Amino acid sequence: MSAVADTHSQEHHHGPASGITRWLFTTNHKDIGTMYLIFSFTMFLLGGSMAMVIRAELFQPGLQIVQPEFFNQMTTMHGLIMVFGAVMPAFVGLANWMLPLMIGAPDMALPRMNNWSFWLLPCAFLILVSTLFMQGGAPNFGWTFYAPLSTTYGPPSTTFFIFAVHIMGISSIMGAINVIATILNLRAPGMTLMKMPLFVWTWLITAFLLIAVMPVLAGVVTMMLMDIHFGTSFFDASGGGDPVLFQHVFWFFGHPEVYIMILPAFGAISHIVSAFSRKPLFGYASMVYAVGAIALLSFVVWAHHMFTVGVPLTGQLFFMYATMLIAVPTGVKVFNWVATMFRGSLTFEAPMLFAVAFIVLFTIGGFSGLMLAIAPADFQYHDTYFVVAHFHYVLVPGAIFGIFASAYFWLPKWTGHMYDETLAKTHFWLSFVGMNLAFFPMHFLGLAGMPRRIPDYALQFADFNMVSSIGAFLFGATQILFLFIVVKCVRGGEKAPAKPWEGAEGLEWTVPSPAPYHTFATPPEVK
Amino acid sequence: MAQEQSYYVPEQSKWPIIATVGLGLTLYGVASIMVNAKQGESTTLSWLMFFAGALVMAYMLFGWFGSVIREGRAGLYSDQMDRSFRWGMSWFIFSEVMFFAAFFGALFYVRMFAVPWLGGEGDKATANMLWEGFQASWPLINNPDPEAFPGPKEVIGPWGLPFINTILLVSSSFTITVAHHALKAGNRQKLKLWLGATILLGLAFLVLQAEEYVHAYQDLDLTLSSGIYGSTFFMLTGFHGAHVTLGTIMLIVMFFRVQKGHFTEDSHFGFEASSWYWHFVDVVWLCLFVFVYII
Repeated sequence: MSAVADTHSQEHHHGPASGITRWLFTTNHKDIGTMYLIFSFTMFLLGGSMAMVIRAELFQPGLQIVQPEFFNQMTTMHGLIMVFGAVMPAFVGLANWMLPLMIGAPDMALPRMNNWSFWLLPCAFLILVSTLFMQGGAPNFGWTFYAPLSTTYGPPSTTFFIFAVHIMGISSIMGAINVIATILNLRAPGMTLMKMPLFVWTWLITAFLLIAVMPVLAGVVTMMLMDIHFGTSFFDASGGGDPVLFQHVFWFFGHPEVYIMILPAFGAISHIVSAFSRKPLFGYASMVYAVGAIALLSFVVWAHHMFTVGVPLTGQLFFMYATMLIAVPTGVKVFNWVATMFRGSLTFEAPMLFAVAFIVLFTIGGFSGLMLAIAPADFQYHDTYFVVAHFHYVLVPGAIFGIFASAYFWLPKWTGHMYDETLAKTHFWLSFVGMNLAFFPMHFLGLAGMPRRIPDYALQFADFNMVSSIGAFLFGATQILFLFIVVKCVRGGEKAPAKPWEGAEGLEWTVPSPAPYHTFATPPEVK
Repeated sequence: MAQEQSYYVPEQSKWPIIATVGLGLTLYGVASIMVNAKQGESTTLSWLMFFAGALVMAYMLFGWFGSVIREGRAGLYSDQMDRSFRWGMSWFIFSEVMFFAAFFGALFYVRMFAVPWLGGEGDKATANMLWEGFQASWPLINNPDPEAFPGPKEVIGPWGLPFINTILLVSSSFTITVAHHALKAGNRQKLKLWLGATILLGLAFLVLQAEEYVHAYQDLDLTLSSGIYGSTFFMLTGFHGAHVTLGTIMLIVMFFRVQKGHFTEDSHFGFEASSWYWHFVDVVWLCLFVFVYII
């Protein structure tokens, strides 16, 4: 009892605790946001180093560096780590830092649960990464872990992978519940829903998607677990089940999942484009409705990942047209970003460079998505490097550039210092060149028929693969520069004013830089 | 009111990290029990790990909920905090709905598509070539490969135990509502009576469900491994049973809290959350009764 009374009286009158317990026991959204971002970047480097192994092996045809078994583990772990360890936690980290600041809340709605959401992630990834050292090796069936590759033919470590996924799911669901409760309940007086910053809107919708689909992922890995250990036949046709059932349930999770990885970036990019164009965002309401439409459509397009497994014709037609329909709200967003820049007073600091590259390159990824959506054409593209090119174009210059843009945009607010603009621009240009060099040739490789998830390839693919590998090494090495820039910015640099960007709008710029440990203990009034 | 009382941001807490260690140990333990058992290796260490994790989890649950209850009773929570809890619980239940949706989806897919295709129907009739002569039916008694998956002799009809269970659970939804009204009216005796009745109904449901499982395994050869009917039947009813167990535990905790004099007429979110959860497991059962047993 007395402990409770004490803490209440001290509330908001002190800074962080010292030592390791600050991070282990924290309930502060900024601490937790920082931990998410550090964790995400660590996983980005780990997953990235696996990509380097993949590209090194594919530098030349023939087997030179790793065995096919290990190559398969690399593609699988690269995908899993990047999706669940790098991209998703980065956006949760941004949400933790920025949502309370943007809506004028004292913290996240459920701060202790927030800390648990974070700490489950290192636990889950410890288990996942430990599978690399287990008998039979790590999961080797691709990040989509299709049955029966993952059930009948999976390595023993599959069971550990399943429980790691469960822990990640628990973490994501609790994180998403926290985001929704914060946004719906802790907005400053006067901030109506249609006055919310777009990053808040996109996160609200993302959180809804997370709560809707992470349990489905939990369901599908549970069915796998039962098939592996308890004799059920969900994915075994000899007992009346169906391996294709796995794909349906997985992609019912998987397709909304890809929007989970891009919608928060849409929100952040909207702020950045508007700030560096020194104009309010064009078509705010249509942006909100477009994100909502994308989220709803994401539930009815999943089978476009499965055209070649033999979906009935009516099904193929439905999923083809539903998928194409997503281009409409996405087009609205791209149009609005361009219209925001139109006749603006543009400057191109690092966040804006990443944002503009995002708009152009994400659109390219979107267009190759439209090509893949055409069911008859997909029979040619399916499981080729064209697919790899497509989703790396939406994830790298989409999600990852969105994260870099956000990081540079908000670093002054987090650290109180300006980052080194020259180095940041160097980081951008090297990433831009490296990434295009790595992924653009994959379009040609795929159209020419090179299959994905293969450690060796026919001779005619050699040149493009070498170019691609060189680009990947450049992109990978460049990210060390990002680490250096961030560390440098944390340790010092030009002092950042409360609002370092002339055209930026929003409550987060009304608090000093660096943002004090506790902000908005009393909610601000929004007019 | 919400303006005057600031939103309660708790101090540093050790519970999340304890919960992480507990959950991690428990699940790593479970995974290694399964893997080692399958490979015929010793599972002693794995069991130890599992029990250690479960103990840590139990300690955490008492500690964490304990501090939330203390804070609530000390009046630290504003109306706004109350709304955060309400949003939290509602969305948690929604996530549970989606978890069950995955298994119901699997059931519908198997019944509507996979089994008929294996029997030679529709676009995918070629699946029939795998096991020639396989007849599609539901409930699926004869599996495509009866050697790998010997089918059940019979399945459980809806109008015996399942119907009694339906009556038990639906009445328990009424009794919990009566208890809630009694709590709001400040009638503690009535509250205890009806809450106790709800718990008894829940326990009775679980006992009958266990009896049904014993019957299925011993007399009907209906098991987890008797093909897709057994898989969907036991996974759906099993997860539902696990949720009823959890719900009953929540109600028992509420009963002890009522005994200790917790909750007031207008502040009793712990009780409400448990009753929401109870209604949720009731609705899931109704879907089960219709789609697993009747249709």
